[in-house]
Amino acid sequence: MQQTVPQPVALSPARRSARRLRRNPSAVWSLAVLLLIVAFALLGPLVYRASPETIDFAQQFAGPSWGHPLGADENGRDVLIRLMLGGRVSLAVGFFAVAVSLVFGVLIGGLSGFFRGWADSVLMRFTDGMLAIPGFFISLLALTFFGAGLTQLVLVIGLTSWMGLARLVRGEVLREREELSVEAARALGASELRVLWRHVLPQVYPTMIVNATIGISFAILTESALSFLGVGIQPPDASWGNMLTGAQNYMYSSPWLAVYPGALILITVVAFNLLGDGLRDASDPQGR
Amino acid sequence: MTLSYLLRRVFHALIVLVMVGIITFFVVRLAPGGPSLLADPKLSSVERQAIEQRLGLNEPLPVQFTKWAGQTARGNLGNSFLYGAPTVQIIMTRLPNTLILAGTSLLLTLAVALPLGLASGMRPGSVFDRITSTVSLVFIAVPVFWFGLLLIILFAVTWRILPAGGMNTAGQEGSFPDLLRHLILPAVVLSAASIAEILRYTRSSTRTVSTQDYVRTARAKGVGQWALRSRHILRNAAIPILTAVGLQLPRLIGGAAITETIFGWPGMGRLSVEAALGRDYPLIMGITLFVALAVVTFNLLIDLMYPWLDPRVRAEA
Repeated sequence: MQQTVPQPVALSPARRSARRLRRNPSAVWSLAVLLLIVAFALLGPLVYRASPETIDFAQQFAGPSWGHPLGADENGRDVLIRLMLGGRVSLAVGFFAVAVSLVFGVLIGGLSGFFRGWADSVLMRFTDGMLAIPGFFISLLALTFFGAGLTQLVLVIGLTSWMGLARLVRGEVLREREELSVEAARALGASELRVLWRHVLPQVYPTMIVNATIGISFAILTESALSFLGVGIQPPDASWGNMLTGAQNYMYSSPWLAVYPGALILITVVAFNLLGDGLRDASDPQGR
Repeated sequence: MTLSYLLRRVFHALIVLVMVGIITFFVVRLAPGGPSLLADPKLSSVERQAIEQRLGLNEPLPVQFTKWAGQTARGNLGNSFLYGAPTVQIIMTRLPNTLILAGTSLLLTLAVALPLGLASGMRPGSVFDRITSTVSLVFIAVPVFWFGLLLIILFAVTWRILPAGGMNTAGQEGSFPDLLRHLILPAVVLSAASIAEILRYTRSSTRTVSTQDYVRTARAKGVGQWALRSRHILRNAAIPILTAVGLQLPRLIGGAAITETIFGWPGMGRLSVEAALGRDYPLIMGITLFVALAVVTFNLLIDLMYPWLDPRVRAEA
């Protein structure tokens, strides 16, 4: 008599990862914090209606009050509403810059690894070239030439940060294209592009997601650094980066002006990094 | 390692440099608006044309590119628009300052990140590991200029124990202890993020290596803690760490624009900010090419170190 052993339920890789992620407290907390921050930026201004640009010198450097729950800045503008709207801008820079870098990284790395040969050589030397240029310098340069604004920032940060991902994707694709499933698809007559799109690329999703999570925090930090040199989001529009830059002259007299945007950047970046680490651990096939 | 491998690597490096040259040339020349010399609204159109002619900006782009490429290949990077002096000369006066700062922070980075990363990678999940991981996350996440200004406020303004900026106190040029005092804050700020990054790489690399069979074997046969760490673990964990150090190089050699600006350090970083804001074409391209050359050379050296660290790479090459 053969005894039936209860089989472990086969889970798809994505569900297995999701289950592992739920058991990782720091990743769960980070996700919760990020949702709060996103809600603060997106929904906050719908509830808390104040003008971000009304200048009132009577309220200059005012402390917290009913009218200004977090006080007012050097121009007497309400800090809370500027933090909310600035958050929209900073998060937008993060998300869209990462989208640009994902498109380029996956496209260049994917084509390079899939077609190999001279296409690979050309694309990889181009990638090496971009890696050898100090990215921050090129960003600064492009923003001086093309003007500073949300679109330019997104493009510049995205276009200077895809190289690491391209290399990773290339490596993954080189490995995946030798898999049996890919060979089978090819044997069944799938075209090269279909093989790349349907069979190879999905294997690269975990790398992309981890990279994107950490990329967002990099983009938010870069925006703040570019703001410091005067080529970030331009006043009177707010971003966490330019609020921090604006506050630097008053760091001694009104330190909290620098504390709020600084803390928001810090918390957001830490949370995205922890979430990225959690996702990496969760998507590792060797992990338990 | 064979000679043909070496030649192939050098050839790749040259191609990368050519790519960098082409990318920067066209980014700079296709951008709207000319150099800032031409931005003065008081210039008449005749004067404007005279300046364009003097700088060679009135010729068609392909002609400009061929001329520039020819000059560059012969090592002539042209004169800076802003300073009027040869680009190479300007870079050479700023480079030593950046190298002092970059070298110090690289040493500081390795001295702090390697032992801490090794220790936390050998005991993942321990209290020590949690503390270093948290602290390094914070250092990765803090905006550089904010951290720099905070240190200035604390050490230079409140406690008055360190200078707020510059390389020397007036009248004490060339004094080594004085230079050292000026070096501390910028070096700490510049290293903070690198330390955190290298520490994370060292930790994860150590963690992978220390579960390998040969480490268990070594421990079982009674190899001492010190020898185990240096000869068995660190040496095997070295390759990813070395790669990570290589990725920090452009930032270090290019001079940290933000750090140098905050602390008034007269290095490459501040020079590149001046060049970019002043739209100084020759200086911009000179700096980019120079940094790329340095980065490519260092990466080549690092690649050549792999076979020395790992005999398996030696067999493949």
